[in-house]
Amino acid sequence: MDAVIENLPTFLSGFGRTLGLLAVAGVGALAIGIVVAAMRISPVASFRAVATVYTEILRNTPLTLVLFGCAFVLPYLGVRLDYFVLAAIGLTAYTSPFIAEAVRSGVNGVPVGQAEAARSIGLGFGQTLGSVVLPQAIRMVIPPLINVFIALTKNTSVAGGFFVVELFASARQVINLRGDAVVAILLGVAFFYLIVTVPLGLIASAVERRVVVLR
Amino acid sequence: MSGSVLYDAPGPIARRRSRVLSIVGVVVVAAGLAWLLITLGGPRTTAAGTQQPGLFDASRWDIFLDLVVWRAIGGGVLNTLRMAAVAAVLALALGVLFSFGRTARSALVRVPTTVVLEFFRGMPVLLMMLFVLLIFNTGSYWAGVAGLALYNGAIIGEILRAGLRSLPRGQREAGLAIGLSATRTRFLIEFPQAFRQMLPIIIAQLVVLLKDTALAYVISYPELLRTVVTNLSNFFGNRYFFSLFFVVLVIYLALNLTLSAIARLVARRTGPGSLNRLRIPGRGIFGMAGQSGGVGAGGAGDLGAGGGGPA
Repeated sequence: MDAVIENLPTFLSGFGRTLGLLAVAGVGALAIGIVVAAMRISPVASFRAVATVYTEILRNTPLTLVLFGCAFVLPYLGVRLDYFVLAAIGLTAYTSPFIAEAVRSGVNGVPVGQAEAARSIGLGFGQTLGSVVLPQAIRMVIPPLINVFIALTKNTSVAGGFFVVELFASARQVINLRGDAVVAILLGVAFFYLIVTVPLGLIASAVERRVVVLR
Repeated sequence: MSGSVLYDAPGPIARRRSRVLSIVGVVVVAAGLAWLLITLGGPRTTAAGTQQPGLFDASRWDIFLDLVVWRAIGGGVLNTLRMAAVAAVLALALGVLFSFGRTARSALVRVPTTVVLEFFRGMPVLLMMLFVLLIFNTGSYWAGVAGLALYNGAIIGEILRAGLRSLPRGQREAGLAIGLSATRTRFLIEFPQAFRQMLPIIIAQLVVLLKDTALAYVISYPELLRTVVTNLSNFFGNRYFFSLFFVVLVIYLALNLTLSAIARLVARRTGPGSLNRLRIPGRGIFGMAGQSGGVGAGGAGDLGAGGGGPA
């Protein structure tokens, strides 16, 4: 246990970087994901095609490969950025299609009857979407979105393999110093991840339960 | 045409506008691709100051004429598949165990299982691999297998639990009524149905598992990425780096898209009627967007399908 307490500054700076990656990639992926979701449901055929190809390719590429591409191939092509930024770009790109799918399936999850009813009482496109469909869709989208962010939190650990000294990489550093306390160190690191992921999971299931009651 | 219920069928003006936008979109994407190809194709000066021919020069690709390279690629694919296969079997077995523990009547079994499950689900797979690697000193292959099996086992356990819970109560009652013990009811009546009901989601999760074998790269397991890109470009020279990376990307995409397609096929074939009824293509609000890959590449699965399931 003393190995964890002694090296607490290392862990905390790593944890800070993990949270930084989570925040940057989370916001970026949310923005891109919503745009991609909008493109996938738009009436314009080429937007739909582009968004579908984007989603399918990124969803079927392992995260390690995406981050590898960002850490090695982008600099090789002449992109000069900090490894933190490169990892954030990779995580954003990898997470955005999952966000897009969550948003899209949430909107599709609103029963058609709702939209039909709104249309039949004379609401227009904007009114139907704004006052009937989206308020219900947002509720249904939040739990899957939180699940995406939980996955993103865990995925930031992969950046530790590509020169970003976040929580996972700082754990490896500390283990190199204190090989005698591996169990304590790893449990300490696991604790840091769990204090992000477990509360998020609880929020997700609480929201889910409330949505079920509302219906 | 199915159309969307959100707006009326487009008239001539709207149709023209959408056609124009469509063409603009194609042009923008084509321009982006062209820029990328030209950038890749042009000769470059590396950081070391040496001149390198463009990507489409034959000298960047000629190693693929060498049988040794393909043998190495085959070895990498095999290593990846070997890890995925063993981990998948173990994950399924663990998932069954976890789902039974999680639904046990005795709190003495249920509560610890729940805690363990939450622990495994909340931790990065990579950290679990490192844990096994360092503590049990297993070597990178078994560390990777164990990490993947534990994590995916926890998720499959949650999926199966959701399946068990979604069964009508009458199934269990009927089993007990004809004199089966509680355990036999679970094994003979409830579990087979839950398993079939959740099969598409489980397969989607196994696709995720295959994808995640690439994580073993970080703990130095010679899987596809490490074998091909790192080792081969060290051996044959840095100028093949991009070509090799591209080949690995294509191999992974081919593997995963094939498996996803199989998952979708299974979902359509053996998926329970109820699930199919929910996903009639074109019946969403944005029906015209076509059917969603609800099961697709296991998108939801990757993101901890556990919590989800039919509530």
